[in-house]
Amino acid sequence: MEIHEYQAKAILADYGVAIPEGGLAYSPEQAAYRASEIGGEQWVVKAQIHSGARGKAGGIKVCSHEREVADAADALLGKRLVTQQTGERGKGVYRLYVEAAVAAESEIYLGFVLDRSAERLMVVASAAGGTDIEEIVARDPGSIVRVNVEPAVGLQSFEAREIAFAVGLDPSLVPPAVQLMTACHRMILDLDTTMLEINPLAVTTDGRLLALDAKMIFDDNALFRHQDVSELRDKSQEDPRERTAVDRGLSYVGLDGNIGCIINGAGLAMATMDMIKHAGGEPANFLDIGGGASAERVLKAFRLVLSDDNVEAVLVNIFAGINRCDWVAEGVVQALRQLEVPVPVVVRLSGTNVDEGRQILADADVGVITADSLAEAGSRAVESIRRAA
Amino acid sequence: MSIIVDETTPVVVQGITGRIATFHTDDMAEYGTNVVGGVTPGKGGTTHCGVDVFDTMKQAVAATEATASIVFVPPPFAADAIMEAADAGIEHCVCITEGIPVQDMIRVKRYLRRYQHAKRMCLIGPNCAGVISPGKSMLGIMPSHIYQRGPVGIVSRSGTLGYEAASQLSAVGIGVSTSVGIGGDPINGSSFLDHLKRFEADGETEAVVMIGEIGGLQEAQAAVYARDHMHKPVVGYIAGLTAPKGRTMGHAGAIVSTVGESAAEKVQIMRDCGVTMVKLPSDFGTVVPRVLRR
Repeated sequence: MEIHEYQAKAILADYGVAIPEGGLAYSPEQAAYRASEIGGEQWVVKAQIHSGARGKAGGIKVCSHEREVADAADALLGKRLVTQQTGERGKGVYRLYVEAAVAAESEIYLGFVLDRSAERLMVVASAAGGTDIEEIVARDPGSIVRVNVEPAVGLQSFEAREIAFAVGLDPSLVPPAVQLMTACHRMILDLDTTMLEINPLAVTTDGRLLALDAKMIFDDNALFRHQDVSELRDKSQEDPRERTAVDRGLSYVGLDGNIGCIINGAGLAMATMDMIKHAGGEPANFLDIGGGASAERVLKAFRLVLSDDNVEAVLVNIFAGINRCDWVAEGVVQALRQLEVPVPVVVRLSGTNVDEGRQILADADVGVITADSLAEAGSRAVESIRRAA
Repeated sequence: MSIIVDETTPVVVQGITGRIATFHTDDMAEYGTNVVGGVTPGKGGTTHCGVDVFDTMKQAVAATEATASIVFVPPPFAADAIMEAADAGIEHCVCITEGIPVQDMIRVKRYLRRYQHAKRMCLIGPNCAGVISPGKSMLGIMPSHIYQRGPVGIVSRSGTLGYEAASQLSAVGIGVSTSVGIGGDPINGSSFLDHLKRFEADGETEAVVMIGEIGGLQEAQAAVYARDHMHKPVVGYIAGLTAPKGRTMGHAGAIVSTVGESAAEKVQIMRDCGVTMVKLPSDFGTVVPRVLRR
């Protein structure tokens, strides 16, 4: 689960990490008032969306007058911001964060990520902060320091010290940097954070360390033990189709194609998408209905897939292990009878109770196109659109 | 032979009294798995699915001499159950549970390193379909009727794609020595590499099918091992060519976040290492017989 920059900064501040003075605004008037509260002569108005690369997309504006702050807020609020990471639809800007502008002498990249190969947390740092890590990797890979954290004892001071010296901090700033990294590590353990990025971590002209931007991702599987973190979820930042899927307990990823997919198992779902592509089509979505899918669950899946206007055909591909093909077939029949299904439906059943399932489909006579193998499933779905067109 | 389990392996079911565990315990026993007991804290002294239930894994192992276990414990408590199995001296532990927090798995893997390599418990999963040695024993949730006994080892992240491969092989009369699901989480108990080593050493296995997907670098590491150390042919497939970058595709571990994690990159690396790549997931049944004949 992602959260906003201002939420991430508030969490960091709780752990003793210094951040610039700032406040949240929902309107231009509020934004201007926040600027006057903060004081000083320059402010940054930052669109709060779940995406990086906001600066390049015009989502971050530096202002030198309260009126400018209000104008910037007016221009940003209610807009959909399209960044390199959001896709074409972009993300809606409904909250702004107004912050005191900071004069930075240098900018450091500091990240904490899961190193899957080492099966440990890894601290990544670079003196070339301020641009995203992919760019640093491409332009200045020698500047990157990586340290794996031994899970039995956690991040040690000497490791943090090594990182601090490696990114070229002045010796006077090394002790606060060690404190900062230790605090971040403690926060990650406490809250099941899977990714923390402070970029940039500024060294100010008056010799302090300040977190100017922060990104945090939390482990969805660990939210059961963090009610406070769950409450930070902002549904306005999620794809509406995916939001509905999560609320219905289905695993869904919206894509840009026209063949809706209803499949059991994440691996089979990805493989089926690949089959569709190979047959000359484009999948409209990834959808894993999971094990133990009841007829009702299949019906829900149909509703979800059909809510996408781009869908011109639906492909149901089930390899039943814990699932039973007869239950799935019942679900397909119910969906076709209860919902208005204006597109062709291709069904491939395999595994447990496959004969019963196929019989149910044949008896119901609801006009589905059946396929016996994975290869047939992909090609028939693509053909069904060509025939309808 | 076969790897990990056979008809003699004594198995304890962790969390045996749960609804899903009950269903699969009966299914496994019917298949021929030697289920010797179960554990549910607080239900010790009762019987369930025809076997004795114990409060702790140590009690269960002492009474039954079990060497393998299968975990059906809910996510908040699953990591604890895995460590309890290791502490009780279990050799092979299969964890079916999906949704274990990453930090819990980091802790589990660190805990397992307490044991010398030769004595370290082999964890299969979590978030996997389990292990089946057809005709002998099943420690998992797969539809057992699709498997025939034979010379092909299967190791797969995905459960359903493992089924898909096995049933395509059955359709052309080729059987399986053992099929292992390593699971779809970012941190797995055991890797593709671990099981390739086992299959290379197994007398019954003549070829191995390796089914990967986007995310992580494990497939590439395994492919390098296959090139440098294996005498048996390896057939590979990677799911997710059409998956967008930065999105989690169902499995918590199926996400492309860094260099080398996309399907296209993995396919290239594996092919360069001499692995015979199956282009489409519908082609296992045509490619594997060709490789076996060589």
